[in-house]
Amino acid sequence: MQKRIYGIETEFGIIFTPEGRKTLPVEKAIRFLFEKLITTEHFLNVFLENGARFYQDTGCHPEYATPECISPSQLTIYDRAGERILEDLQIYAEEKIREERIPGKLSIFKNNTDFVGNSYGCHENYLVDRDVDFYYLAEQLIPFLVTRQIYTGAGKVFQTQDGIHYCVSQRAQHIYQKISGTTTNDRSIINTRDEPHADREKYRRLHVIVGDSNMSEYTNFIKVGTASVVLQMIEDNYINKDFTLRNPVKAIKDITYDATCKRKLRLDNGREYSPIEIQREYCEMAQKYIEQYPVTEDHKKAVHMWQHVLDCLDTDPNKLDRQIDWVIKRKLIQSWVDKHETTWDDPRVLMLDLQYHDIRRERSLFYLMERKGAVERLFTDEQVDAAKATPPPDTRAKMRGEFIKLARENSIQYDLDWSNIRLGNLLNVRVICNNPFETDTEKVAELVRTIQKTNLRKTSLSKLVIQS
Amino acid sequence: MANFITIDRIRRSRDGSSGDAANDLPLYMAAGEQKQKQKGGGEGGGEGGDSEGGQKMAEKGEDLKEEMDNLLDEIDTVLEENAEEFVKNYVQRGGE
Repeated sequence: MQKRIYGIETEFGIIFTPEGRKTLPVEKAIRFLFEKLITTEHFLNVFLENGARFYQDTGCHPEYATPECISPSQLTIYDRAGERILEDLQIYAEEKIREERIPGKLSIFKNNTDFVGNSYGCHENYLVDRDVDFYYLAEQLIPFLVTRQIYTGAGKVFQTQDGIHYCVSQRAQHIYQKISGTTTNDRSIINTRDEPHADREKYRRLHVIVGDSNMSEYTNFIKVGTASVVLQMIEDNYINKDFTLRNPVKAIKDITYDATCKRKLRLDNGREYSPIEIQREYCEMAQKYIEQYPVTEDHKKAVHMWQHVLDCLDTDPNKLDRQIDWVIKRKLIQSWVDKHETTWDDPRVLMLDLQYHDIRRERSLFYLMERKGAVERLFTDEQVDAAKATPPPDTRAKMRGEFIKLARENSIQYDLDWSNIRLGNLLNVRVICNNPFETDTEKVAELVRTIQKTNLRKTSLSKLVIQS
Repeated sequence: MANFITIDRIRRSRDGSSGDAANDLPLYMAAGEQKQKQKGGGEGGGEGGDSEGGQKMAEKGEDLKEEMDNLLDEIDTVLEENAEEFVKNYVQRGGE
């Protein structure tokens, strides 16, 4: 599929730190976050004007699911827009909590692990053709997904019995299966959840749950961009080499403990390759592929960056200290440790690790570095700000986002999910959109006009369904 | 394509391959690393740094050290004061 729908769901960590004796359980704190988003939808589960969904997930995490995006660039922008939306809500919630006379700080982190080893995820979603055999696709993707952490990892300081380790990935420790149906127990690399939110005959959803949440735009873009190219190569039967790993779950953990990225892994065929070597093989195929097949500008850009990061990892990973999260953070901590003439055992090191991921820009170490020009950006604040309030123009999210805006302006009751819009005071008028590439907002506008004319708020129409 | 120009520029400047590139050095680089690069050059045609360029790089190295020190000072001003306790209390329920 050349034209694809992309989405990322991010679960955020959240904690309230009281300044006095009064405290606030997280269940209550999270309610303050949602207070600004009162709609006629269910409480703690709303769609936003940019087409995204914001809700409370299992384990009391705020979760942001981007709207349907048409490219890795667009997805990176909408993912970051989610951080800004959440930051606005966090500022508002903190103020509200203060008004309740509970002094303290509400912190929200875009990372994947807590202090005692619980994990929460970052799920990538790729729309794929129903025709492609899912297990074939998964088997082909797994060696790529296991080894890509060397340039997609967000880095993590781990305290173990043998001391402090700096791991490449946050998530690798929490993966127990290759493929599975659950996300809470037995977490896998690829999840079999098949909710395409689209025509099931045509599409299925590829749900990748092995990735880290990224702060760096560069890392986030290359994560989705390279996966997208590899997916397309698999769909086109272009991959003619077999990198099946003998034990992918063990490999993912071995790689995360090896910051040189060069330790050999055993393949099923008995050969041994390092993560860099496996990635190089995929990257070289991709370089040839983009010369021969029609691809997007994002694909070309991703492959170019891919080659660059692999060259750097091969010679000196520190060259990526402006681009790749795990390297940026490691360099930051090392410089801090040197300045304070302390060691990585210093308890403040764990705080540096955590605070890198704070979404509140004035507290976040990542954003502090960004303000200083110390990390590379691919997009602008203007692009991110625009994505907070307006949906992507080239997917179904456009219909949803524009509908929400109109409905709010006209005080119309509604309820939504990814492929349905229900409205009217009995929610008996329904727009179904099973095509995620559909952008015909005229249908939605027409519906709203009809409602205004008939004054649906007083008279209820007989059940009306509009199929698009 | 501007991004690639940036990457190349940074790479070139790190390899010490051109005096001019020194003016475009990234802010965030430890001075120690900078000195090492000057001595050794690096991959990608890094042998070409002339002595004038080297001089500029040394001066720039000092500036960079200052930038880095400033950044670290600012980190200390925003770093959570009760770091140890904060981190220990940071316990989440598993998600997903």
